[in-house]
Amino acid sequence: MSLEYFLQVFVSGFTRGSIYALIALGYTMVYGIIQLINFAHGEIYMIGAFSLLILIGVLSMLNLPVLALILIAVLVSILYSAGYGFTIERLAYRQIRNAQRLSLLISAIGMSMFLQNYVLLAQTSSFLYFPKFLEDIPLFQNTNILNASQAVIFSATALIMILLTVFVRYTRTGKAMRALSQDRTMAVLVGVPTNRTISITFIIGSITAAIGGGLVSAQIGQIHFYMGFIAGIKAFVAAVLGGIGNIPGAVLGSFILGLTESFGTTLISSDYEDVFAFIILILILIVKPSGLLGKNRSEKV
Amino acid sequence: MSKFISNLRRSYRLLQGVPKFLIQSLMVSLWFAILTFPIMVIQVNYTANTVEWQWGRLLLILFGGFAGSFIWFLALDRKDNKPSNTSGTYSVIKGRLLDYYASHKKLVMAIVFAIILLIPFASSSYFTRVLISAMIMMVLGVGLNIVVGFGGLLNLGYAAFYAVGAYTYGLLNYHFGIGFWIALPISAFTSVIAGLLVALPVIRLRGDYLAIITLAFGEITRIVLENWGEFTFGPSGIKGIDKPGLFGIDLSPRGEIIYVYIVVFLVLLLTILISRRMENSRIGRTWESLRENEIAARSMGINVPRTKLLIFAVGACIAGVAGALFATNISYINPKSFALLESIKILCVVVLGGMGSIPGVIVGSIVLQVIPEWLRPLQDYRLLVFGALLVVMMIFKPNGLFPKVRKSYVFTKEESEQ
Amino acid sequence: MRNFLSMSIILLLLGSFSVFAAGSEEEIVIGVAGPFTGDFANYGIPTQRAVNDYVETVNAAGGVKGRTIRVVAEDEQCAAEQAVNVSQKLVDEGAVAVIGHICSSATIAALSTYTDVGIPVVSPSSTNTSITFSGDFPTFARTISYDAKQAEVQLEYLNEIGVETIAVLHDKGDYGKGLADNAIEEAEKYGIEVLLFEGITPGALDYSAIVLKVAGVNPDAVIFGGYHPEASKLVSQMVSQNFTVPFIGGDGIKTDTFIGLAKEEAEGVYATSPEDTSRLPMTTAVRAAHIEKYGEEPGVFFDNGYAAIQVVVEALNNAESLDAESVLAAIKGGTFDTTVGTISFDEKGDVIGVGFAVYQVVDGSYVQVD
Repeated sequence: MSLEYFLQVFVSGFTRGSIYALIALGYTMVYGIIQLINFAHGEIYMIGAFSLLILIGVLSMLNLPVLALILIAVLVSILYSAGYGFTIERLAYRQIRNAQRLSLLISAIGMSMFLQNYVLLAQTSSFLYFPKFLEDIPLFQNTNILNASQAVIFSATALIMILLTVFVRYTRTGKAMRALSQDRTMAVLVGVPTNRTISITFIIGSITAAIGGGLVSAQIGQIHFYMGFIAGIKAFVAAVLGGIGNIPGAVLGSFILGLTESFGTTLISSDYEDVFAFIILILILIVKPSGLLGKNRSEKV
Repeated sequence: MSKFISNLRRSYRLLQGVPKFLIQSLMVSLWFAILTFPIMVIQVNYTANTVEWQWGRLLLILFGGFAGSFIWFLALDRKDNKPSNTSGTYSVIKGRLLDYYASHKKLVMAIVFAIILLIPFASSSYFTRVLISAMIMMVLGVGLNIVVGFGGLLNLGYAAFYAVGAYTYGLLNYHFGIGFWIALPISAFTSVIAGLLVALPVIRLRGDYLAIITLAFGEITRIVLENWGEFTFGPSGIKGIDKPGLFGIDLSPRGEIIYVYIVVFLVLLLTILISRRMENSRIGRTWESLRENEIAARSMGINVPRTKLLIFAVGACIAGVAGALFATNISYINPKSFALLESIKILCVVVLGGMGSIPGVIVGSIVLQVIPEWLRPLQDYRLLVFGALLVVMMIFKPNGLFPKVRKSYVFTKEESEQ
Repeated sequence: MRNFLSMSIILLLLGSFSVFAAGSEEEIVIGVAGPFTGDFANYGIPTQRAVNDYVETVNAAGGVKGRTIRVVAEDEQCAAEQAVNVSQKLVDEGAVAVIGHICSSATIAALSTYTDVGIPVVSPSSTNTSITFSGDFPTFARTISYDAKQAEVQLEYLNEIGVETIAVLHDKGDYGKGLADNAIEEAEKYGIEVLLFEGITPGALDYSAIVLKVAGVNPDAVIFGGYHPEASKLVSQMVSQNFTVPFIGGDGIKTDTFIGLAKEEAEGVYATSPEDTSRLPMTTAVRAAHIEKYGEEPGVFFDNGYAAIQVVVEALNNAESLDAESVLAAIKGGTFDTTVGTISFDEKGDVIGVGFAVYQVVDGSYVQVD
């Protein structure tokens, strides 16, 4: 394997990893706080992409300069995704927060189904073209190994990860989130504003998903109402791999997943692409049952 | 500026005199209108580069949102403040029915059995088929109920065992012409092996980690089935699988369907019986204690790893049997029928119906198999309504429709003891 | 046990809809089955629309033999189990013929029901070769040619332009893999070496890895069995990696949607498909009507679906009676003017008159290549 080839495969895996990371971050944050596998998260990613496409479509009729158009569209689509995330939490999860976990899970699944079909019916069942607005960025030289949109995705992932980690560690809301994830009863007793913190968590998670949706769609060039499901599952696997509830863990898990798939495909076979990912997951969890960076929660008896 | 805000506050407080829900509903419907605006109202035609504004839908959201949220708030309010109703007409009738039932158990059961057996003769083949699918789902539900409901082990890859059972029969039938009755125990056996294989790495894991690994195994099974073409015929699947034989008698198409119905019903009965027996035995109690608190169970001397293996094995066995039933019912299997969605569907059956309760599983399967068929008139809106239904059911009945009622003994002091 | 009590009550309640209201004496029921919801919806909806549209025009002109046609559309989401239930439902509703199903696997599953009863089935899109070649389903016909034929045309063309090594990709689905398998068989006949044969996961987020791998073995051409969403992603990746060998796909990618998705990167892509019928006046008119009614271009298999219902209606008109045998005989024995040309069917049910041709994307649209 030549060095160039190796680097190309590496970058390919890295790109995949970043894509998964953007979605996994949202998954892991929500799970950390209310121990819910938010199946509807993939759908927020999808809605972010759709909103962005629609907004670009509408705004392009106003004859704005391209850069401004994209920025406004991205901003507004992020706002919308945040809105969806917030609403979903209020609607489907808040009431049953204290019920058994499986009920929350089923509610999430129902929500996911609902959102998929909502977009299907309101928009279209076809695959839609998505403008690749990341390809020609000034000041960037597209090389054989790395191109503009890949670079943007990496930077976005890195930036978001840093921002999130800083947020969780140094702000009050971040502390509230950590408190809630450690011990909810105690946090309530101490006066942590539960409802608000949880809503904020969902909002932030949705924002990351929306950014992911926009960037990934710009990289791939098409969107479809069902795209959130598969993306969601992979991202969830990545989050668990790295230790669910842990932000750097989600990113680490995503990269390991992406690289495994990439190298597995090129070195062995593309048929079993997903199998490699799952096998790595199983192996890691056997050795370290709470994920790579996960904390082993000891139960007091 | 602050004056403006305090004026707003005052007017808001005044408005609160109006029935609370009206204001809230209004705000909610406005919120929904804004939120769903891009996706519902803006229809971009990408080929013609035009934009269509669907204002009608906006009105729909506004009014529908208002009505919907009003009903929603009412329902939630009722749920939280519901007085326990033991003297209403409904409860009285229910109580009387149950009493009658308890004292005439055998008679009632005989009648019910007869009715169930007669249904296929009196209905269309389509309806019979739907019931067969529902009953196979019940078998799966009973099996997963053991793993999730009794044992508390969240399995997101249950369809893998289902697939193993189905493919065992399919392949045996294709290559060696082995009939259903002989293949059935073999299917059960191979699924048990699969169950043990999956359980081994999973013993040490808890909760959601267990879930994700079972999901992984489920997907691996499906992908292998898809790609190992030489062995499993890949995506084209196996077709022409034989229906169960009745001493070699040739049946008409309708007759075959009725026969399959009866076979599936009998297998379902057997499965429920076995599940019930295990539930009320020492084994069942071991499982329950495992679910409630693993550490306490271990300290009571229960061999946790062995118990977990047993639970998986039993669950897998039942799924394998269901798989063979599936293969014989549809006569065609391919990997797509055993994807993640199927595992999720079975899980929904168990949770919707009520974890750990068999009536719950029965009701859950019917809800999940039959209601989408019912909703066919709604055509394209089927799944939308279904998703919404799931959410609603979880909110208003988080423990399922028929939650498990623990047998409890009530101690009443006799008056004469005074 | 409470379980049986509850079960029986519920079953009794449900039994209320087991009594079917059969259609009125005057109606003829035609069924159309396919995925109308779920992630394969965009493969099924065009056929549903085609059937509805054509039946509307037929009914407006007086129907068949003076009777109106009622279309019963049933959604099975390309799932085998649902397909079987749906097939039973259509049979119970008294359908005299069924258009469908769309996915080969669903069709195979459902055909056992239809074959038992003898109802003719015409599919616009199930191209799996074994459906007609196995002889298991004598009441089946299709208005689209089968996979092996496509592969023949593909490899013949590649051989003509001097290709000696190929890489074959597929989407692991029954259509895509079937096409790919057939391609490999044909390649052997021309002595073309297959360097790579692998499946990609549909719906995956990124295909750069597999494209790198394909580029790594340096084939003269790439054959893809699958549909336009995956194909457009593959082609984009190939272009961004500067890997520009001929890329040829089947009818699954010969759609305007493919070009719409891949834009400039679609230039130069080849696809095989039934010979160009969109120029036929009938087809042009029908497609224009679709755009007017639904506001968008017809999707995949629209022409074939329209042809299928045309065949069925014509057969119903020509048949001596409306029972299954006569209708089937009318289908297999007749010649029909349809939106895919003038066609008839052979004994096995395969269509005659729909050949395959090679097309290439030139200047943003597909052009027939000689």
